[in-house]
This record gives sequence, structure tokens and C-alpha cells, in this order.
Amino acid sequence: MAMTAYETYTRTKSQIMLGLCVAFTAIIIGVLGLVTGYLVSIGYKSVSVDFFTRNPVPAGADGFPGGMLNGIVGTLILIGLASLVGIPTGMLTGIYLAEYSSGSRMATYVRFIADVLTGVPSIVVGILGYELLVVPLGNYNGFAGALALAFIMIPLVARTTEEMLLLVPRSYREASVALGATKATTILKVVLPAAAGSVITGIMLAIARVAGETAPLLFTALASRFLVTNPIRPFPSLTVEIYNNAARSPYPEEHRLAWAGILILLLLIFALNLIVRMTARALTGKK
Amino acid sequence: MVKAQNQSTDRPGINPGQSHAPAEPVVRSIGVESRSAPLSENITPNGESVRGGKPHTPHADQVADVHAELAGEQHVLGIEDFKLYYGKSRALHGITMQIPANKVTALIGPSGCGKSTLLRSFNRLNDLIESVRTEGRIRFHGQDIHDRRVDVIRLRKRMGMVFQKSNPFPMSIFENVVYALRISGEKRRSVLEEVCEKSLRGAALWDEVKDRLNQSALGMSGGQQQRLCIARAIAAEPEVLLMDEPCSALDPVATAKIEELIYELRGKFTVVIVTHNMQQAARCSDYTAFMYLGRLVEYGPTNTIFLNPHLKETEAYVTGRFG
Ligand SMILES: Nc1ncnc2c1ncn2[C@@H]1O[C@H](COP(=O)(O)OP(=O)(O)OP(=O)(O)O)[C@@H](O)[C@H]1O
Ligand SMILES: [Mg+2]
Repeated sequence: MAMTAYETYTRTKSQIMLGLCVAFTAIIIGVLGLVTGYLVSIGYKSVSVDFFTRNPVPAGADGFPGGMLNGIVGTLILIGLASLVGIPTGMLTGIYLAEYSSGSRMATYVRFIADVLTGVPSIVVGILGYELLVVPLGNYNGFAGALALAFIMIPLVARTTEEMLLLVPRSYREASVALGATKATTILKVVLPAAAGSVITGIMLAIARVAGETAPLLFTALASRFLVTNPIRPFPSLTVEIYNNAARSPYPEEHRLAWAGILILLLLIFALNLIVRMTARALTGKK
Repeated sequence: MVKAQNQSTDRPGINPGQSHAPAEPVVRSIGVESRSAPLSENITPNGESVRGGKPHTPHADQVADVHAELAGEQHVLGIEDFKLYYGKSRALHGITMQIPANKVTALIGPSGCGKSTLLRSFNRLNDLIESVRTEGRIRFHGQDIHDRRVDVIRLRKRMGMVFQKSNPFPMSIFENVVYALRISGEKRRSVLEEVCEKSLRGAALWDEVKDRLNQSALGMSGGQQQRLCIARAIAAEPEVLLMDEPCSALDPVATAKIEELIYELRGKFTVVIVTHNMQQAARCSDYTAFMYLGRLVEYGPTNTIFLNPHLKETEAYVTGRFG
């Protein structure tokens, strides 16, 4: 059957649209692939057993440049502490916004502040942490770093939790309440489990975001060349180690160490993602 | 639409001559000691006259035509000049009616006339909607359910509800059915399993799901999901079962099973069922209330409402000539 001019026009338009979408997706994936490929191709040569088992060794000493054991452990501890504070606080705020506030003025303020905080440059959070947690204590310390990271996590977790809870159909809540459940029971037993998958994804993104933060840590946890587990003291992290080795060192050996660090940081975030997703699936898998 | 009269002959047990032996009055407290329980109160507490006989035309400010038979019943729910507003707009314009105990009462009426709104007022589910405001009274065993001292959780536990759209929780079939027991703190596995089987049998679902109780309820067909919701609602053995078009998503076989269930519940439970299906109302209810534009128009024994209604409007609606 012959096509009218208008049909040809709409069909061509739709094809152009599709072509543009495919092209831009390809560009994005290409850039991502380029960056990852470049990183892997340089980084993998420097990843050795030493990288995981040794702390940094100063130039001139035996075994220079050493590894980043201190940074890996430090980052894991910082993320753990930050999550311990940030996830519950953020989730409770999100639950309040979605389930309890219902259009109150308080909620509008909280939501606005959370949105502003999400956009605040992380170096500002670092300086805030410095003034509030480093100066009073008299030295840089891991707690200040973890709290700075938590501060970045809270608005992210709060807003995703709120949005995901609001996506849970009202009919679930009604069914639960009609069966004589209290509001708290309804939230804990029906609403949160129903939103668990997407809330966990949101939390993951928040963790990935803070795992890559450097600026707030520079002002709070600072760094350490040693393996530190007591967060009362200056605290090492992978990102600050990378920064120090890449930007503040004249030695090519340390530059290579930084490349390895970047690669491992990426893999770490990737692994964290995978682990949490798999646990989440195992937990909700009974469905 | 098929005329309801054609179906009326095979309706069991709703002939007006049948005697309804009144059961012992069950007066349980819902948080406060019930005061003067108006169980045998006249059906016209606001001094409205009970009309009957000649057909006439209703208009806006007219009171409902409540048939005299209702006066002989024991009442579980007494609705007194109940008005409900969604924000500024009024959805219920002063409903006065009584729901007889251990009988099936059908609410019929055209879409948007307030049937769901009224049903959801009985267990105060409209509390969840921010904009809702109410006036007037609803009494449950004589007690005003809006009284500050009433424990709304206990009130809701005594009323099961089945919604217009099936809404199983995203959990296993088993957990769905025993939800009400779980939130009441029941932990004994044997009790939960027993209740689960009994309720699923009651909802005509047991044979279909007995081998996959631990699978997600969301993997069931729409009709199965609705029967699951019925099982969930009857698991806690509520006194009153509120059903909002429970069969609108079901095939004729499942519908027949649900109607059978409703028929079996009669005598043990009070059932209020909203339905758009005239045959269904005719088949499984004892009393029928016809609502229109947020008002109760006519309320009486199902037989009379379908075969010999007092008002022209009712007759037009039940025979499918309007609405
Ligand atoms: N949440 C709400 N907010 C505002 N108005 C509402 C709400 N729910 C219902 N209404 C209005 O109240 C009136 C009665 O609605 P209701 O749902 O009770 O009707 P219904 O008789 O159950 O209709 P249907 O047979 O289509 O289910 C309608 O005019 C409707 O628009
Ligand atoms: Mg409805």
C-alpha cells in the first residue's frame, strides 16, 4: 500500500529520533569504555601482591613504593562507620517524609534542605567537618571523616527512601490498616519490604558516591602512612592515598601506585554493589 | 441487562416469609464499655417515618424509604445522619440506615454514588485520607466509632475488608493469609497453618495453592489474588465482613464460589457487600440498599427491592433501565 506524504514524514521522524538515541547511547558507552580501558591498561601493571599487603614505603627505603593496604582498610572502615550513621538516619528521615509528614510545613523544609545538601560541594562538607569535629578535638581523626561522609549520605538516602516509599501503592497500606495493623507495623511489615529493592539500590548509590570522596576527607581524616584502625587518630583512605601519590609526588613509581589505587577503588565499589545486590536478592528472593 | 426478576426464583432462603431467629446479642467492647446499646432501637432514630406502599418520586431533601422489615432485625451497625466530605465536596449526604446482624446486606447504586465511601467509613479507613471530614454518627454495637476513646485498631480487627481491586501483599501466599494473626502476635506455627488452610478453603482457593504456599502471592492470577484477599480478610474471623465489589475481577466459576462463601458466612458473620451485579445482589443478599448521588434511596428486603420496590427509581435501577 502506498504511503501518504504524512506517513512518510512521521515514519522518517521516528527513525531519526531512534537514530539519535542510539548514537548518543553509543557515545556515552564509548567514553565509559575508553576511560575504563585506559585505567585498566595502565593500572593493572602496577597491581601486585604488595599493593594489597603493604603500607606505603617512603622513597629511598627498601621496597619503595610499597602498597595501599592502609588505604583499602581505611576506606572500608570509613564507609562502614559512615553507613552506620548515614543509612539509619537517612532512612528514618525518608520514612518520616513519606509516611508521617503528609504535606506539613516541616516536611517541606526538610525536603528543601535535603535537596540543597545534595548539591553542596563536598569540600564544603569537609570544611564544616574540620570546624566542628577536628578543631575541637585538636587533631585530624577518622570519626570526623566518617561523619563527613555520613553527612553526604543522609540527604541522598533520605530522598531516595522517600521517593521509593511513595511508589508503594496506597492499596497495600489500606489492606494492612484494614486488617488492624498500626501505622508502624504497616510500614515495617508491608511498605518497607515492598520498596526494599529500590531503597537498597539508592543506598548503594550513596555508598558508591562517598566511597569516591576525597575533598571532605582531606579536611577531616587527613591521611596516614600506617595501617590505622582507631578512628580517633588521623585516618588513611584509598582516595587520599591516590591523591597524595598522584598529585603530590615526583616519583613515577608512586604515580603508578596511584593508578593501581584508582583501579582497585573502582573494583571495590563494583564489588560492594554486587554484594549488597546479591544479599538484597537473597533476602527478598523468597517472593 | 438481564432483568433481576428472572433470577429471583433460584434464590435460596430470602423469601420474606422466612423467619430470622435473632441470635444472642453479641456486645463486645471496642475500647470503652458500650453504653446503651441500641440493638433493638427503631430503625428511624431521627423520627423519619417509615413509608411503604405506593411508588413515588424521591427528590434531594427526601428521607430514605426504609422498609418495615428492617425494624425486626438486630443491628450491628447504626448509621445516623452520616455525612462525609472529601475536602469541600460532600460525597455522603446524611445517610441513616442500620446494618442487621448476621445477615448479608448489599449496597447497590450507580458508579460514584458513594458505596465505597460508605463502606470504608464503617472501619474508619477513610481516616487515611487527609481531606476527609465526617459529620453524624456510626455506631458499632451501639458505640460511636468516632468516639475519642474508641481503639480504632480493635475496631478494624473486628471488621474484615475486601477491596474493589485485589491487593495482596508482596509476600508469600501463606504470609498474606496469616498477616492479621501475625500482627496480633500469634507465633505458633501449628495455629498459623491451621488458620491458613481453613481460610484458604473458605475462600475456595486451597486446592489451587496448597502446594505453593511459600511462593509469592503476586504470581497468582487476578481472580486467585482476589480470593486470597478474601481468605486474608476472614482469617482473623471478623464479625463484620465488608466487601467492595469482591467479584468484579473474577470469572463466573470463581464468582460462584465466592457467592457460595458469602452464603455460608451468613448467620455467622455480618456481611456488607457492594456490587454492580444485580443478579449477585439478588442471589446472595438478605437486604439491599439502593444509593444514588450520595443518598440512601430505598432499603429493604432484597426480594422486595428487586420484585416490588416502593420507588420508581429503585425499580428503574434494578431492572437496568437507568444508572
Ligand atoms: N479519595 C477521594 N478524594 C476525593 N473524592 C473522592 C475520593 N474517593 C471518592 N471520591 C468521590 O466520592 C464520590 C463517591 O465515590 P465512591 O468511590 O464512594 O463511589 P462508588 O459508589 O464506590 O462508585 P463505584 O461503583 O464506581 O466504585 C465520587 O464522586 C468520587 O469522585
Ligand atoms: Mg466503589
